[in-house]
Amino acid sequence: MEYAPAAFHASTRALPEEGSPFAFTPENQAKFDANVARYPPEQRKSAILYALYLAQGQQGYLTRAAMRHVALQIGCTAAEVEDVVSYYTMFFTKPVGRYVLNVCRTLSCALVGAERVTEALGDALGIKPGETDPTGTFTLIEVECLGACDRAPVVMVNDGWQERLSPEQVSQFLEALRARGEAALSGCHLRREKQAVGSRQSAVGSGQPAVGGD
Amino acid sequence: MAYEPVLTTFVTEPNSHTLDFYVSRRRGYEGLRKALTLKPNDIIEQVKASGLRGRGGAGFPTGLKWQFVLKDTPKPKYLCCNADESEPGTFKDHVLMERNPHLLIEGCAIACYAIGAKVAYIYIRGEFYHVQQILEAEIEKAYAAGYLGRNILGSGFDCDVYVHRGAGAYEAGEETALIESLEGKRAQPRIKPPFPAVSGLYQCPTAVNNVETLCNVPLIVLHGADWFTALGPEKNGGPKLFCISGHVKRPGVYEASMHTTLRELIDDHAGGMIDDRPLKAIIPGGSSVPLLLPDQLDTPASFDHVQKAGSLLGSAGLIVMNDTVCMVWLAMNLLHFYRHESCGKCTPCREGSDWLYRLLARIEAGEGQPKDLDLLFGVSNNIVGKTLCAFGDAAATPVLTTMKLFRHEYEAHVREGRCTLPAGWRASRPVFAGAH
Ligand SMILES: Cc1cc2nc3c(=O)[nH]c(=O)nc-3n(C[C@H](O)[C@H](O)[C@H](O)COP(=O)(O)O)c2cc1C
Ligand code: SF4
Repeated sequence: MEYAPAAFHASTRALPEEGSPFAFTPENQAKFDANVARYPPEQRKSAILYALYLAQGQQGYLTRAAMRHVALQIGCTAAEVEDVVSYYTMFFTKPVGRYVLNVCRTLSCALVGAERVTEALGDALGIKPGETDPTGTFTLIEVECLGACDRAPVVMVNDGWQERLSPEQVSQFLEALRARGEAALSGCHLRREKQAVGSRQSAVGSGQPAVGGD
Repeated sequence: MAYEPVLTTFVTEPNSHTLDFYVSRRRGYEGLRKALTLKPNDIIEQVKASGLRGRGGAGFPTGLKWQFVLKDTPKPKYLCCNADESEPGTFKDHVLMERNPHLLIEGCAIACYAIGAKVAYIYIRGEFYHVQQILEAEIEKAYAAGYLGRNILGSGFDCDVYVHRGAGAYEAGEETALIESLEGKRAQPRIKPPFPAVSGLYQCPTAVNNVETLCNVPLIVLHGADWFTALGPEKNGGPKLFCISGHVKRPGVYEASMHTTLRELIDDHAGGMIDDRPLKAIIPGGSSVPLLLPDQLDTPASFDHVQKAGSLLGSAGLIVMNDTVCMVWLAMNLLHFYRHESCGKCTPCREGSDWLYRLLARIEAGEGQPKDLDLLFGVSNNIVGKTLCAFGDAAATPVLTTMKLFRHEYEAHVREGRCTLPAGWRASRPVFAGAH
């Protein structure tokens, strides 16, 4: 029986990039060791998402080398790590821009025009959802409900939030991000305490749509 | 009688999330102090008597759930707090964790004591990183003040609370999928039984409770079961958070009793419709539940009343839509969500949600054929009741409910080969409710 290598490799699975050799920095190693201690000793696998966040933070995205390192840390196979990586949406297996613009597209945001925001961002950057701009600064992604539907349309930028972004504000918003980084984001509305004026048992006041806070 | 908020008291005040504020202004940790003088079983009985129902979606009685947690075993027990909050239209746990985190921490400690657990994991969705940072900082403070850790308040009871960050998966909100994810696997549900109460996290007895559910626990212990039941209609006691979004003037999280009608929530609390346009339909409990129509708005927003009206209170995420919303588009938008979030474990859900989305996209684009309507119905009915978890039924719901109530819109799309609502049917630019 002949095992034709071509047929043998006919899997449609896209192999993540190998990448350069990877190991946690000493700080990340310390963080990982502290995190894994939260779980019973025989349940190190519970720390896998945390380890992947560390690796992604260190390198920007996850490569096969990084996944193997995580497998080593956890004590599982690299296949198990890849299984997890490929399931969760917050892990990237390809390089992304410095700022990942995650525009919510689900109902509450869509009802108030999130699509127009995505279009305006795409036009301003010359890219479509799923793409990164040529300078490698911005990646545009459409995501599902972010859980802040009262302040739609919401855009998650890396780990920060920008709320009530209108298409007209888009170029100003991108400029502010370029100039001031994540400090330019409005943040979650509830943290901007002076705006959180309750109206009738409301936990959430109504405020100005703002770029970069006020 | 004006309703006094108890879960969201002071949330708009600066520093209301801090331990000092919690202790000095909200009688913080008095519930825990009292609980530790009671027997665990007495707490379970009290929660049962209060009739507290789970706020995560299913409305299952919390006391009963705790009673089912297997006590007679040498294995450790666990509490998992479900802070995955991913149901479209829901954002209440967000507010609680961000502005009143100690209420949740106290609730976790009391729940652990009641079920005999020593460890609670708060599984928070990965996107809530800013909330997680607040929560973790406040947990540190609770440890330092002796409300968590070893020998809490001199009672001999030990309890650890950890935050576990998810990484973007709606399905991680399903309780057994949450447990799988916490164990470091894909967030895919397990076959039930065994239920988590018998074999959950690490095959140990586990209670999974929503954030808002646990936040009610300190209040019940402190004020008593009778106080709690008196706040709402029969079997629907206690305070409730309602998340109102969509075409209303003041979207937000509102605390009210479940006596409050849907109309009062929309008109009085959320300020009524933007531009005073007519209301077309609402989703009363997050995207997974059937629509209600304008003539049903006098229904009290309780689990039982909303169910009697033909829908579900679910996670109490009210999405309000005016007359400009196309119902085919609505179903298409939500099926895009479900198709993306299906965990892929069962074929009817994985394939069916994709088929439904494609059919809807075709109809919405004006390329639908008459037979597509039967096909939509057929595919939906091949999902409902045939899947491992409730996600499957939820995914078919937007199609079935819009087909039932607005079939004429589907037919018009097919007949005229286009979306039939006025040109402004889809927001051409964001509508900023309440922005001045
Ligand atoms: C697909 C799906 C998603 C769910 N998402 C959530 C969620 O995000 N948050 C939540 O609290 N419960 C969610 N649930 C409900 C949980 O399975 C579970 O019923 C709940 O956490 C139990 O807590 P409770 O009794 O306090 O409500 C979801 C259920 C399903 C089927
Ligand atoms: S119904 Fe859908 S989400 Fe639930 S287990 Fe099956 S495939 Fe996964």
